[in-house]
Amino acid sequence: MAAPGATSIDTAAAHIAGATALADWLVIAPVALPILGGALLLMVRHRTRVHAVLAFLFLFASFLSSAFLLARVVSEGPLVMTMGRWLPPFGITFNADVLGATFATAATFVATVAAVFALRDINVTGRRYGFYSFLLLMVAGVDGAFLTGDIFNLYVWFEVFVISSFGLLVLGSERRQIDGATKYAVLNLVATTVFLITTGMLYGTFGTLNMADIARKAEGLRETGPLMTIATLYLLAFGMKAAAFPLNYWLPASYHTPRIVTSALFGGLLTKVGIYALLRTMMTLFPVEREVLSGLIGWIAVATMLLGILGALAQSDVRRIIGFVVISGIGVMLSGLALGTPLGVTGTILYAVHSILVMTALYLLAGLMHEAGGSYSLHETAGLYRSHPLLAAMALLLVLAAAGLPPLSGLWPKVMLVKASIESGAWWLASAILVSSILTVIALGRVFALSFWRMDAGETVERTDAERAISPGAGYGVLAALIVPAIAIGVYPEPFLRLAAAAAAGLADPASYLDAVFPPGGGS
Amino acid sequence: METALAGLVGLFYAVAIYLMLSKHIIRVLLGIVIFGNAVNMTIFTAGRIVREVPPIIPAGAERIESVVANPLPQALILTAIVISFSFFAFLLVLAYRAYQELGTDDTDEMRVAEPEGESLPPLGY
Repeated sequence: MAAPGATSIDTAAAHIAGATALADWLVIAPVALPILGGALLLMVRHRTRVHAVLAFLFLFASFLSSAFLLARVVSEGPLVMTMGRWLPPFGITFNADVLGATFATAATFVATVAAVFALRDINVTGRRYGFYSFLLLMVAGVDGAFLTGDIFNLYVWFEVFVISSFGLLVLGSERRQIDGATKYAVLNLVATTVFLITTGMLYGTFGTLNMADIARKAEGLRETGPLMTIATLYLLAFGMKAAAFPLNYWLPASYHTPRIVTSALFGGLLTKVGIYALLRTMMTLFPVEREVLSGLIGWIAVATMLLGILGALAQSDVRRIIGFVVISGIGVMLSGLALGTPLGVTGTILYAVHSILVMTALYLLAGLMHEAGGSYSLHETAGLYRSHPLLAAMALLLVLAAAGLPPLSGLWPKVMLVKASIESGAWWLASAILVSSILTVIALGRVFALSFWRMDAGETVERTDAERAISPGAGYGVLAALIVPAIAIGVYPEPFLRLAAAAAAGLADPASYLDAVFPPGGGS
Repeated sequence: METALAGLVGLFYAVAIYLMLSKHIIRVLLGIVIFGNAVNMTIFTAGRIVREVPPIIPAGAERIESVVANPLPQALILTAIVISFSFFAFLLVLAYRAYQELGTDDTDEMRVAEPEGESLPPLGY
């Protein structure tokens, strides 16, 4: 501290004057609420009865705040909040634009629904070991990654959700879980470390970590700085997180091992954070480098979608089939990134939202099929159509959605991506998307045909009473909560298309994003 | 100074990657530790190395006039150390539990989650 009487240092140029407007706190609400909830749940760890209620309330509140945030961002443009009152690029900035707010809304919605499903899937022991705390902290990490405007902070949020996902993955400590978790943990750690290496190099080159500042300075450094190297390393790190070929082997090794609600959350949320980070770095920070890499990304996309779905065709465990379908969807999303046209990126964003909803729903469907039929194996389940007609109807809808058939949400993004590929002359990309869709119909249609239509499996499963469905109604309700928005996107796509197009426009032309962080005529 | 450190960082990466390519979990873990330290040194070197002058504004002055050490990389490294330490602690426990449960630290033999020779799905009914 300066001695009394000494002139106080004028920090007006680096500080925000005055308090943050109350409404601006909305930017961090989707992150702060789950962290608070997670901490609170740790304090009441032994009172497992209140866990689900508290978790639901906090998740629902963060869903509502994300939705309000999205509404505000759509009407008023990107919202910025800077921590510690240090003006950007010094302080850590939270920066909500349409893309981040859309993903955060979808993610918190899915997490809220999954928290309800967890009531039937996670027993008292699992809750005492902190299932709901891990869930809330993972949601906080995912939301933080979607909303932050600082690349090192993005790394920190990655670590937050990765370490929470470790906790969720090993919850139960079965042999298969420990086996899967070992591979998941090592490979994800390597991916985030590559992310950190790249961020270190980026800092050495740019001298800043604020994403808007990086985007602003990239133009001047293109001649001298190793921007191509940095962009390629980000592609490697985030491609690994997103489970893009050939770095996707951790996903089929681990996603089928934990509790089904955990698989559902992982399949819905985690790979999409990788896609989000790829979109943010490639489209906003390094658009010129993305142009150079577009051919590589395109072939990665083709390999990911085709090899992913071929993997699904060879599996007999429903959860492993869905794991490979998740990978195939990542390929479809990468195709829009490879094209880089507004239509392609819009398709990618809409597909990501669709994938968050539908992949979660598919895993939950597998969980309900297990409750109804007693097994995950296609060799053993049969005749569910007769015993559970409502479940069969929802399963059929989800098969259509995942394959990209009307009237569900998978159709429009695929139409846009195919159209964008043909417009760019990338016929091979368009045909790969179509072929992978047909193979998805076969892979998931076979699940439907064998588990629901087939009368008798030949092999009977010994079932104990504990495995029998507790109350099918609640499970159907949870599944319906995910299917309804998917149908809404499919039948009335107009508002969702506008939203995705606005998000894509904000990515491709970051002017409003930059203006929000560095107001013209003010700040630095 | 930067050149020497860059060379050292490269050596660290080489050792880390060599160890991580092993199929024994314990070597992979050793590789991960070295990998984490290599990253910290990368950030440290990337922030440019200026010794002797701490980044403190002298009394009475309004800004730093001379070249001083960059405090930000140290803050980043501190964050990264904390994170990688907690990850590594988790991984050690996980590897030990895996050794207990699966009876091996050879990843080729860790096939509980993905058993070998699984049958294909039924082709008809």
